Amino acid sequence: MNYSEWEGFWDGNWKQEIDVRNFIQVNYTPYEGNEDFLSGPTERTEALMEKLNHLFDLEQENGGVLDIDTQTASSLTNYGPGFLDKEREIIVGLQTDRPLKRGVNPFGGVNMTKQACEAYGYELSQKVENEFQYRTTHNDGVFRVYTDEIKAARKCGIITGLPDAYGRGRIIGDYRRIPLYGVDLLIAEKEKDKMDYGNREMNVDNIRQLEELYQQINFLRKLKEMAAMYGRDISLPATNAKEAVQWLYFGYLGSIKEQNGAAMSLGRVSTFLDIYFERDLKKGILMEEQVQEILDDFVIKLRMARHLRTQDYNELFAGDPMWITEAIGGMGEDGRTLVTKSSYRILHTLYNLGPSAEPNLTVLWSNQLPESFQRYAAKVTCDTDAIQYENDDVMRPGFGDDYAIACCVSAMRVGKDMQFFGARTNLPKLLLMTLNGGRDETSGEQIAPAQKPYEGAYLEYNKVVEMMGFYREWLAKTYVSAMNIIHYMHDKYAYEKTQMALHDTQVHRFMAFGIAGLSVLADSLSAIKYGKVRVVRDESGLITDFETTGEYPAFGNDDDRVDVIAQEQVGLFIDALRKNPTYRNAEHTLSILTITSNVVYGKKTGATPDGRKAEEPFAPGANPMHNREKNGALASLNSVAKLSYDNCKDGVSNTFSIVPQALGHEKEERYRNLVSVLRGYFGQNAHHLNVNVLNRETLMEAYENPQKHPNLTIRVSGYAVNFHKLSRKQQQEVISRTFHEAM
Amino acid sequence: MKGSINSFQSMGAVDGPGIRFVVFMQGCPLRCIYCHNPETWSLRGEEYSVDDVVRKILRYRPYFGEEGGVTVSGGEPLLQWEFVTELFQRLKAEGIHTALDTSGTGSLDGAAELLAYTDLVLCDLKFSTEEEYREYCRGSLAQVLSFLKLTEQMRIPLWIRHVVVPGLTDGAPSISRITEMAEEHANLCKFERLPFEKLCISKYEALGIPFLL
Repeated sequence: MNYSEWEGFWDGNWKQEIDVRNFIQVNYTPYEGNEDFLSGPTERTEALMEKLNHLFDLEQENGGVLDIDTQTASSLTNYGPGFLDKEREIIVGLQTDRPLKRGVNPFGGVNMTKQACEAYGYELSQKVENEFQYRTTHNDGVFRVYTDEIKAARKCGIITGLPDAYGRGRIIGDYRRIPLYGVDLLIAEKEKDKMDYGNREMNVDNIRQLEELYQQINFLRKLKEMAAMYGRDISLPATNAKEAVQWLYFGYLGSIKEQNGAAMSLGRVSTFLDIYFERDLKKGILMEEQVQEILDDFVIKLRMARHLRTQDYNELFAGDPMWITEAIGGMGEDGRTLVTKSSYRILHTLYNLGPSAEPNLTVLWSNQLPESFQRYAAKVTCDTDAIQYENDDVMRPGFGDDYAIACCVSAMRVGKDMQFFGARTNLPKLLLMTLNGGRDETSGEQIAPAQKPYEGAYLEYNKVVEMMGFYREWLAKTYVSAMNIIHYMHDKYAYEKTQMALHDTQVHRFMAFGIAGLSVLADSLSAIKYGKVRVVRDESGLITDFETTGEYPAFGNDDDRVDVIAQEQVGLFIDALRKNPTYRNAEHTLSILTITSNVVYGKKTGATPDGRKAEEPFAPGANPMHNREKNGALASLNSVAKLSYDNCKDGVSNTFSIVPQALGHEKEERYRNLVSVLRGYFGQNAHHLNVNVLNRETLMEAYENPQKHPNLTIRVSGYAVNFHKLSRKQQQEVISRTFHEAM
Repeated sequence: MKGSINSFQSMGAVDGPGIRFVVFMQGCPLRCIYCHNPETWSLRGEEYSVDDVVRKILRYRPYFGEEGGVTVSGGEPLLQWEFVTELFQRLKAEGIHTALDTSGTGSLDGAAELLAYTDLVLCDLKFSTEEEYREYCRGSLAQVLSFLKLTEQMRIPLWIRHVVVPGLTDGAPSISRITEMAEEHANLCKFERLPFEKLCISKYEALGIPFLL
């Protein structure tokens, strides 16, 4: 293969076959310097941003949604071109024909779409309803097959948030392939694969694969049409940096037009794009100011991405997130850093455009990263609270150096891995269901097979742990069954055609399970083991409450007595999952991540032996329960760092809030100290950290007087959110979290 | 040897350079009118062996980096100088930076032994006159100054800290006298003026001690 568009790039295997990683490795320029080279926003950028901020205000005033097109089902070419400011935009393309207007996407389920429209005062058009009348959606398919047991488990909340009524998301197309190779070549490669698979044994797997290839090719063609509507021809590789960004964005745009997926991540694009910027800077086509302006404009587009979601969905995942996650930095396998000037530039958009929750900027942290970049990232955190950190040193050994993050914490090799997303199961409820012989502690209904409930007035640790075994096996089996059904149907009725076209045909699949309430479970078992827990039964014999006396070690104090319990419980659960075969032989993985669903999970769960009252929220992700950390911030981090990434390859999320004064008196001191915290935490093989540097008073003020802090961005669990887009209940929960202070 | 300890804070970033593990010793001979930690006045606390404490501290070593380490504060750590000396000796053997956060009140001979294993002294200079020391904290300026002299003789890097209390030490003459006294010491690396914050009132309420400011 050779194209004149590739002039100025070094040769490599990337010219023999689709191999973006190789292209990056032979062409990129690592950057070890500081941020002094960066440019501020241009007048043009400021004007566009002002216009957009005005639209954001209108959207908020309108109850969170600016407008809905109820007449048109969203897809790649169903809307005419839309612009924020046609004359001045550098990167073009909107999901619908107007900025922030949301399309409807009934492919996951028509009822959900109707509800979503109604929630914002709209009505889904008869036209769309008719179109979908004789069409099976993913949601229809799933409920045709769900067993009564799965439905009961789902309803009582022991398994919640399953993507059975919304798009599963968490798939990252390798959008870089479009600028590098052009769509024609990608189509040609897929056609070759289709020929090849056509010669294989025609079994179920092969037939499905062939149909998927057909759809991929079909949608690559539609992607070209979509670009043509904006007057761009993406058949061939991009000739310059501006085109590279544009081609790449079209790939992403096509995907979000096609799919209303829970998390629609971007991948790992900044260092890839840096190669194009460097080439144009060398040629003198661009100056630094213009490079930044192109990236700023790209990020403006990403900030405008929207999906239409139901109130139920918003309760689980608050703040209208898309998880447009961009993985930044990290180290290469050859020891060179993957930090480039564009790693700085993309973080710098938070200054040029103001702090924002999206895109979800994620620094792949390594203790080997250049010191000046570590310091800059810490500075960005102190100034904006908008970025998160994930440990490249624990992910690189398994995923290599060209992986990205889907959603919050899920690593996957770009274009080579995909995952079947699986929400999470409620472990404190597993404990309560065990004690009640399979009955739900809030309704008394029999959910799991009946066993003898716990007898006796006081809980004994060994007995409880032994009894949990039976229900853990049941839960794991039920959970895997539900997931297999969901992903079979999603592949069948809502297959991600655009995104999968930007993957190798032979992909590795993960099935990503999750757990919620780990710290509640660990503390409950610790209370049983080290304190004294008396059960309280209602008239039907159902255990509904506990009286806990005596002190017990709580998770979050670097105390092995309880930290070991947490580790054990995670290990037991992933082992139980692995005993159940998965759809398409996906690899079982596990995450400890709740997003904001810790509030909903808590709401559906009775009182627990750790002293948590019925309906009280859990801690988010792998966080210790609020205000049980008695030894300060680092003790809390040390406890979480003990959870093994090998057991939780889908991520261990920890959210950490500290008041600025506790990091030091002066700014530079704070940056240095934050770097030390990150180095210490990740040096112990911890996986993820959200960092907020702010005072509780700021949040309380924002709670009382929203207009005083309109752009307040905070990290919650794996993503960032505009504080005002949270519900009152979620705001209260965030305020109640531990803020580490100096003593 | 056992020490009476009030509490541990795994992350201190304002009591010495870098990230610091802070040990709050129990017991204090002073009764400062604006004391932030009245719960450390009494000598009765939880007992820990030096081994226990070293083991705890080593868990935080990954965070210390090049400049961080351990700060022993209180209470008044000089009250239990034997325990702290053994602790610092052990930490030095581990290559960990040690800082002593003190009012400078206590046995001078004990202090001399302890300072041999101390990398940095953080010393409060609370008032500029003997009278004020007596009246507002039941201490002695002369004693503090001889402690500071000792750190100078032993060439231990020194930070002097002064809490500016409104209505008490915020007058210009007081501040300039204190600054002058601090700057006389050849080993002074940093003079910090800290704002007084009334964050401690709830502690007084919990302990049933009247807060006099």
